[in-house]
Amino acid sequence: MFSNFDFDVIQRSWFYLFTTGMKFTLTLTLVAMVGGILFGTVLAMMRLSHSKTISLIATSYVNLIRSVPLVLVIFWFYFLVPYIGAWIIGAKEPVQVGAFSSALITFILFEAAYYCEIMRSGIQSIPRGQVSAGYALGMNYWQMMGNVVLPQAFRNMIPILLTQTIVLFQDVSLVYVLGSVPDFVTVASKIAQRDGRLVEMYMFVAVVYFVMSFGLSTLVKKLQHKVAIIR
Amino acid sequence: MHYNWNWGIFWQESPDGVSTYMDTLLAGLKWTLALSISAWIMALVIGTVIGTIRTMPNKWAVRLANGYVELFRNIPLIVQMFLWYFVMPEIVPASIGNWLKSLPNASFITAFLALGFFTSSRIAVQVSAGINALPRGQKLAGTALGLTLPQTYRYVLLPMSFRIIIPSLTNEFAAIIKNSSVALTIGLVELTAATYSMREFTFQTFESLTGATVIYVLISGIALLLARWLEKAIAIPGFIASGSANTGGH
Repeated sequence: MFSNFDFDVIQRSWFYLFTTGMKFTLTLTLVAMVGGILFGTVLAMMRLSHSKTISLIATSYVNLIRSVPLVLVIFWFYFLVPYIGAWIIGAKEPVQVGAFSSALITFILFEAAYYCEIMRSGIQSIPRGQVSAGYALGMNYWQMMGNVVLPQAFRNMIPILLTQTIVLFQDVSLVYVLGSVPDFVTVASKIAQRDGRLVEMYMFVAVVYFVMSFGLSTLVKKLQHKVAIIR
Repeated sequence: MHYNWNWGIFWQESPDGVSTYMDTLLAGLKWTLALSISAWIMALVIGTVIGTIRTMPNKWAVRLANGYVELFRNIPLIVQMFLWYFVMPEIVPASIGNWLKSLPNASFITAFLALGFFTSSRIAVQVSAGINALPRGQKLAGTALGLTLPQTYRYVLLPMSFRIIIPSLTNEFAAIIKNSSVALTIGLVELTAATYSMREFTFQTFESLTGATVIYVLISGIALLLARWLEKAIAIPGFIASGSANTGGH
């Protein structure tokens, strides 16, 4: 079964795989996580807004994004971003934004819809009395949100936010469909096809993803016990 | 900005000369539904078995089931598709491998296996969470009535827990439809792939993407309505409906 398993191809390419592919995947994951959580929090605050219009806009956005597959969203933004760029700077031709920016915009906007739902339940888990207490102390809406509600919501939600980030880390592999973005899977599959070593490469990719995701989720579980607020 | 909109493109003839581009999209939709529904059935069966084992008293069985869940949860779906499609035929004995590669619908069967196993691990988590959410007394009461452990699971614990986890199961059904689009990477022409090929022939990028988006939104709308109806129809009296859980994942 493994008689002609060629470990050499992994030995030859692992350094390149990690310094190019994995570096790209991790960078995209981290930047998209920060951007996604920021934009997701804004969306969550919009969804919980008293203004019907603002809440409807955010709700429609979140529901739309959540009902469409990520692969389709990747295609959408890959083709759409150059046109939006042209529209913003008033250019006649679509602007070439490059694969990284396009993938980054896609993942921030896509994951924000998921982070939004997490933050929304985080905000909703804060007792209403906290809001009233903030106002009673003379705070305005933004001070109350920024100093009372959001810090507690974030703390409650840290484990779930991180779990979603592990999902995001795995999701980044789907930029493979664009073929031009050097993420871990794309780089590995190019080497696999070049050397005719699909079996070794894809098994290696699976092992790497397994070890990293399993390690991260074990850490998140440990963290979950640590940050839990004792009530 | 130069983009020539042409919404009529859906009714124009596609390169095969017989059907329209709308037919192309609908053919893709059929593959999406066939894949999602068949993989869903497989995932539900395996997920229930694994999820049940995770709540059993036998430590080693629990460990094995946990290992199963971790294995399929921590590898991205696209990589799992590649493993079934490219790797599996090579590491089984050559005769079986050649037979697998020569199957007429090889990419459908591989996508079915990949998606089914992937989703089964997620359903297993939900099933065991449902069983663990039941009061301990339920299991004791079953045993006190003289039921064996399998009977307690069959007549008391599983029917109760399934009614509790309906919201997360419907979420998962919406997810499997979306996840089925990953099958385009191994050559299955499901809805997203059909859209992409329509774009390549017509260059009407945004019309074709809009077509697919509308179809996906309609499907998830229908799934949502069915879910609401189902939740009401089978709610357990006296239990507060847990509502759709807003936890991580897709």
